[in-house]
Amino acid sequence: MVEKILASRAGKIKVVPGDLVNVPVDLALGNDITAPVAIKEFKRFGLGRVFDPEKIVLVPDHFTPNKDIAAAEQALLLRRFAEDYEIKHYYEVGRMGIEHALLPEQGLVRPGDVIIGADSHTCTYGALGAFATGVGSTDLAAAMAIGEAWFKVPPTLRFEYKGSLPKWVSGKDLILYTIGRIGVDGARYRAIEFAGAAIEQLSMDGRLTMANMAIEAGGKCGYVQPDKVTFDYLEGRVNKPYTAVYSDHDASYEQILGFDVSNLEPQVAFPPSPDNVRPVSEAAGIKLNQVVIGSCTNGRIEDLRTAASVMKGKKVNPGVRLLVIPATQQIYRQALEEGLLTVFIDAEAAVSTPTCGPCLGGHMGILAKGEKALATTNRNFIGRMGHPESEVYLSGPAVAAASAIAGTIVHPEEVI
Amino acid sequence: MYLKGRVWLFGDNVDTDAIIAARYLSIVDPRELARHLMEDIKPDFYEKVRPGDILVAGSNFGCGSSREHAPLAIKGSGISCVVARSFARIFYRNSINIGLPILECPDDLSTLRPGEDQLQVNLDRGLITHLQSGREYQAAPFPPFMQEIISCGGLVEYVKTRLACDG
Ligand code: SF4
Repeated sequence: MVEKILASRAGKIKVVPGDLVNVPVDLALGNDITAPVAIKEFKRFGLGRVFDPEKIVLVPDHFTPNKDIAAAEQALLLRRFAEDYEIKHYYEVGRMGIEHALLPEQGLVRPGDVIIGADSHTCTYGALGAFATGVGSTDLAAAMAIGEAWFKVPPTLRFEYKGSLPKWVSGKDLILYTIGRIGVDGARYRAIEFAGAAIEQLSMDGRLTMANMAIEAGGKCGYVQPDKVTFDYLEGRVNKPYTAVYSDHDASYEQILGFDVSNLEPQVAFPPSPDNVRPVSEAAGIKLNQVVIGSCTNGRIEDLRTAASVMKGKKVNPGVRLLVIPATQQIYRQALEEGLLTVFIDAEAAVSTPTCGPCLGGHMGILAKGEKALATTNRNFIGRMGHPESEVYLSGPAVAAASAIAGTIVHPEEVI
Repeated sequence: MYLKGRVWLFGDNVDTDAIIAARYLSIVDPRELARHLMEDIKPDFYEKVRPGDILVAGSNFGCGSSREHAPLAIKGSGISCVVARSFARIFYRNSINIGLPILECPDDLSTLRPGEDQLQVNLDRGLITHLQSGREYQAAPFPPFMQEIISCGGLVEYVKTRLACDG
């Protein structure tokens, strides 16, 4: 699928892995950390315009609402640039969300699109059948100027998930399990095609979670071929025409790996690496100081519903601080209307406005020396959520919610 | 183009949070960023580095986030070149785009003595020479398209040239 998208964009009949292509992009994305660097580089071109103000998306989400003066200055730079260059898709605090939850929700992502973002989790949009990948700020600067980006065509790996998902097992558990099996560089430079019966049953939110973490396996992108779930999701969101692209029946894959997921337990990644994955039963008893439910990986409505279903009528363990961060304003509102926020607040959780916040150790829940957190985020590197001697475990929302109640890492069944 | 400097060693899967922690991402100046280079995994690293030094690492160097602050901090510290068994892809393209030379070398360099052994790197040919012993290692040279970007001095210059041609 990726080869076909890149070939058609490059005006070629066929490309093969290893080819270098220059292609026009449908969207170029930046945030309050990467865009300021890009803007500085962009100014060096001395252009009075961007290539297309409709195809640039700027989202202040990392250190916003501004965490300190330096962050405020960066956000200001972004805002000024958006005004000066009439960037159509600039999302201010109060109207925004974490970029990778926001763009699909707002209908900015279409199957077959080529999307680059100066943020590594741009690969999330592969869940909708787009070719989307993270780049750096200089790439973003160049794309804002000429609307193109260079790519080396990646080889494709196909992962087939057989069987049906047990209760409490979500897209997050599938992707953690996968990364645990292949390692943080198991898909380095590769495109990952997620397929099989378990993926077909998976909701769009679950698919977005999986594609989101393709980068944690080193992948250039991860995608699911468009199907009914995709088109149902796009209905009413996307109003511009698009052409879905599918893998050929005789497509050549570098490798095909099969996973049987029928008996899979919920998974937990131990610090300090997302591939240090074990079933939740082997994590049982680890005492927690903080639990975070949110981020571009698991801050969507389905995640909040799962968490609320586990927590309803219960209280967060007195030794634990629980932070719940809906990923976008729309999700926040929906959670409010569905009564999920009441469940969280009654359970004595702190509910925050959308922000990346603690996910990258920015603000809103930094860990002290020696503290342990369980988070539904995607990275648990040394110092990721605060002090270099703090520790982050990763899981899906069900385990996170249950563990917040128990005070230690547990299987959701144990608190239900 | 030749580079020469002392060796510093790092292991596998050094991530961008380790290279430059998120708490410093409000900093834009490479020299200022460099003061916090590898702070969480080698707290005194910045003090030891001298201009020209060469960073040698294992596989998947630079995995994690897309922050260009990571190669910028390395460049800002005066390190002239990074040699690793393999690189994470966003780090790889960022380094090229900002003009930080990086080489993929399959040989095991982990037995070199940090701060003592000296390497000379011939960038055009991808040839790495251990100065004390004369031993040579062959890294993959850049493909022509990337050589073009590097010879322009980075992606911004490359695009500028193209914009100028388009009139
Ligand atoms: S939520 Fe975390 S991983 Fe996602 S974009 Fe924000 S900082 Fe990056």
